[in-house]
Amino acid sequence: MSLVETRETWIAVLALEDIPMLGARVVEGAAIGPVALFRTEDQGVFALRDRCPHKGGPLSQGIVHGHRVTCPLHGWNIELDSGEAVAPDVGCAKRLSVMVKNGQVYLSKAELTGAP
Amino acid sequence: MKKMKLAVIGNGMAGIRTLEELLKLAPELYDITVFGAEPYPNYNRILLSPVLAGEQTVDEIILNGLDWYAENGIRLHLGKTVSRIDRVKRQVITTDGIVEDYDRLLIATGSSPFILPIPGKDLPGVITYRDIHDTECMIEAAKHYRHAVVIGGGLLGLEAANGLKLRGMDVTVIHLAEWLLERQLDPVAAGLLQQSLEAKGLQFRLSTQTSELLANDAGTRVAAVRCQDGSEIPADLVVMAAGIRPNTSLAEAAGLACQRGILVNDTLQTYDPRIYAVGECVSHRGMAYGLVAPLFEQAKVCANHLAFMGIGRYTGSVTSTKLKVTGVDLFSAGAFMGGDGMEEITLSDPVGGVYKKLVLKDDHLVGACLYGDTADGTWYFKLLREGRKIAELRDTLMFGENNIGDVGHEGHNKAMAMADTDEVCGCNGISKGTIVKAIQEQGLFTLEDVRKCTKASGSCGSCTGLVEQILMNVLGTDYSDTPTKKALCGCTDHSHDEVRKSIREHHLLSQQEVRQFMEWRTPNGCASCRPALNYYLISTWPHEAADDPQSRFINERAHANIQKDGTYSVVPRMWGGLTNPAELRRIADVAEKFNVPTVKITGGQRIDLLGIRKEDLPAVWKDLDMPSGHAYGKSIRTVKTCVGDEHCRFGTQSSMKMGVDLEKMLFGMYSPHKVKLAVSGCPRNCAEAGIKDVGVIGVDSGWEIYVAGNGGIKTEVAQYLCKVRTDDEVKEYSGAFLQLYREEGWYLERTVHYVSRVGMEVIRQRIVNDAEGRRALFERLLFALRGAPDPWKAQEAAGVDWKQFQSVRLATSAEGALS
Ligand code: SRM
Ligand SMILES: Cc1cc2nc3c(=O)[nH]c(=O)nc-3n(C[C@H](O)[C@H](O)[C@H](O)COP(=O)(O)OP(=O)(O)OC[C@H]3O[C@@H](n4cnc5c(N)ncnc54)[C@H](O)[C@@H]3O)c2cc1C
Ligand code: SF4
Ligand code: FES
Repeated sequence: MSLVETRETWIAVLALEDIPMLGARVVEGAAIGPVALFRTEDQGVFALRDRCPHKGGPLSQGIVHGHRVTCPLHGWNIELDSGEAVAPDVGCAKRLSVMVKNGQVYLSKAELTGAP
Repeated sequence: MKKMKLAVIGNGMAGIRTLEELLKLAPELYDITVFGAEPYPNYNRILLSPVLAGEQTVDEIILNGLDWYAENGIRLHLGKTVSRIDRVKRQVITTDGIVEDYDRLLIATGSSPFILPIPGKDLPGVITYRDIHDTECMIEAAKHYRHAVVIGGGLLGLEAANGLKLRGMDVTVIHLAEWLLERQLDPVAAGLLQQSLEAKGLQFRLSTQTSELLANDAGTRVAAVRCQDGSEIPADLVVMAAGIRPNTSLAEAAGLACQRGILVNDTLQTYDPRIYAVGECVSHRGMAYGLVAPLFEQAKVCANHLAFMGIGRYTGSVTSTKLKVTGVDLFSAGAFMGGDGMEEITLSDPVGGVYKKLVLKDDHLVGACLYGDTADGTWYFKLLREGRKIAELRDTLMFGENNIGDVGHEGHNKAMAMADTDEVCGCNGISKGTIVKAIQEQGLFTLEDVRKCTKASGSCGSCTGLVEQILMNVLGTDYSDTPTKKALCGCTDHSHDEVRKSIREHHLLSQQEVRQFMEWRTPNGCASCRPALNYYLISTWPHEAADDPQSRFINERAHANIQKDGTYSVVPRMWGGLTNPAELRRIADVAEKFNVPTVKITGGQRIDLLGIRKEDLPAVWKDLDMPSGHAYGKSIRTVKTCVGDEHCRFGTQSSMKMGVDLEKMLFGMYSPHKVKLAVSGCPRNCAEAGIKDVGVIGVDSGWEIYVAGNGGIKTEVAQYLCKVRTDDEVKEYSGAFLQLYREEGWYLERTVHYVSRVGMEVIRQRIVNDAEGRRALFERLLFALRGAPDPWKAQEAAGVDWKQFQSVRLATSAEGALS
């Protein structure tokens, strides 16, 4: 997917430094429900719907390690870059596009509304 | 960069297991070629017995199909036998002239059945029992012939005999020794075994030597076996199961040192540093193993070195035995025959068909031989491998692992007696049938495998023993590669003890330092090791190592308990279970103001407000104006108290005061797992001190202290530590005990497990007998707890990540645009 960087398509949500290293923040108010933003040690920022594919646990509250997060409820591991559960578990938390520019984190407007 | 080449000789259990481990660690490192003399992909050899018995098919025992080799880019030469290793040119050459170069070579050629050097050994109808081909020969023979003789009454021979009998043949087992399975059983147990096999229709000739195999008149097939006493037994099929010999000829011809096996060091390296060897073909510290469990341990270590990780040593294995004949339960391990300086405890019920013998030496279990009732085999084996001291268990050892109070399995504890539909894992709803199927179909060997694949025993863990029993029943012999030394998690091979020791001895102060120093495989650990490391650091270096909130489970990070719907519960501290009208009023106000859906009295003598939104937590704490109850932490939880002598007509001591004092002393204490105390004012013990981590009971002349009790998953009664006179002594002794646990317990190990690991004697020695040590422990506890901040009141001092409570909302304009 190639998203054009215009004010139309991206929404600034928070400053990068507001996400703790190896931690997460929740963004509320999107049509698709809460979105979790994760920050990894290698300066990666990832966004997933804040719903574990297992029983809907809030992934934002899990422990972040490598490029994975461990769900706080029953310990499923979820790949941050794809949203896929790590085997043997099967399921997918929807992944969202993220842009980081000048220390500001943006999400895609289209994806937040759930539009195709 | 060009990849290095790894050649593997032997497509069997050890060789391929090593590759599996290697691919986990370094999937891209090598260009891999495998040579297998058999025309099949890697299969589970130990399940040949169920195949022979007609309980499984060949297809079902394949471990890795051809697609697995393809997916991992492994070149597979099936049906190709390597005939030469050229160590100078670094090449392997097959009988039909295929040549492959190698940078590293792995020899895993297994072993061959020993063929008695007697006349007639080459006749048609005389076979061994080692591979699929042999098994198919036997199945075929059973269709056309009647009389079978199995030479050798060991595990393999008996399994072959049983299978042939089930396929309709008349089977006689000829055995040289005086009793069956003489390397696994003592004469009494072997007698019982023989009886039950005879009841199945098998016949036995013990203390008998075979001298010759006789052909039929046409000379086309074996017809009888002649014994040394001159007697003859009719035989259209003879199975030689008289032992195995490691396949070393290839290695020997290449000039590698061999001595009843290819000699390897603790890294599974042969005398040529480019060549490794694993499995039945090796000899390590003078031992050659004939079971899979040791091979798997070897595979793990070998893969680690092939991957250039350079950590992990194989130091040998303790093995145990189980016969895979349906309906026969026997188990043996260690020095089951007893001997000098050893004691034996036996239980014998010949009518019921049960016999148990335990062999002890200097307070340790060193051997076990069970027949008829083997449910506790796994437990004994664990005691044996861990070398745990058993002085306190001695009286009850024979009766097995005390299953009283093990909840959640409808009281089931004998896996064999369970039906396939019976639930084993109550947390995840996994039945016995599901586990058995997974073990058979997916080729699982270890508890870890079963956990990963089925989730059974992966949650609360209370069914671990049952799952181990099931593994053992399905796989026979030693199913488990659970090493005596348990790695902290998948990121490292180091054990909890080793990590704690390094942190202490090298004054490591951050997780990064630990991971670097101990060569972690992952850059920032995983959800298992991070909380453990964080705890080890802050408990070893209080006021020095910094706490890392991102390495704490969400409850400890948010200082409240996460609920299934993502809201939180709040349990304010009520010292010793005491409260007052003002607190109750504030709780009521908070419940109304924040629309708390559920207000509940907990099992720990306080009040729980459930269903609070995360962003409301700070305001709730502020309004409550009560200390954190730490109901969410691996920390001090509650000190339950009874009324005591202030009001109660039976009270002998002031239990409420004692409880409040203890709780205040321990405020803010983090520990390997949660810690609960109780104080009762008299032996009627209304505060249930008998199942607490520390239980204190008032008596006329002072206080009795009990430690290492547990309610929960497996109820364990606390053990008596000592009796003291004064309140201060209660604090010192219980504080010292808890500090010892804090310093030496493994993360997520409750006091009961810690104490049973080190032995109650050690605890008494260090807490009761060593006054100086006790005081030092107590002082270290007080030092660590000095100024412990209340996370609900002093958020900054407690290092609470404040921003987590402020929700980020999409800007209104954007929201407008979005809707
Ligand atoms: C709230 C409470 C139940 C209640 O409503 O009474 C409770 C609730 C939970 N208990 Fe408990 N336990 C509660 C008293 C107990 C007791 C009784 C006691 O403390 O006297 C026990 C048995 C005693 C013991 O611990 O030995 C108990 C044994 C467990 C266990 C099993 C521990 C074990 O080692 O066997 C767990 C699981 C664990 O900790 O791993 C557990 C875990 C839990 C957790 C924290 C599950 C979790 O990880 O999220 C529950 C949180 C529920 C929630 O939604 O907030 N809870 N739990 C009790 C809080 C007491 C308090 O005031 O702090
Ligand atoms: C019927 C039966 C039941 C058993 N039951 C149990 C049990 O219940 N529990 C237990 O723990 N163990 C059991 N065992 C033992 C267990 O199967 C072995 O310990 C294990 O298979 C050994 O693994 P390995 O890789 O060393 O050897 P193998 O699995 O034998 O693999 C070696 C492979 O190398 C091949 N090979 C040898 N030389 C060459 C060459 N020059 N070129 C190419 N290929 C070569 C062989 O053909 C073979 O396929 C049983 C064994 C048998 C036969
Ligand atoms: S409160 Fe305790 S017993 Fe009740 S469901 Fe939760 S963990 Fe289980
Ligand atoms: S809801 Fe995430 S693991 Fe169960």
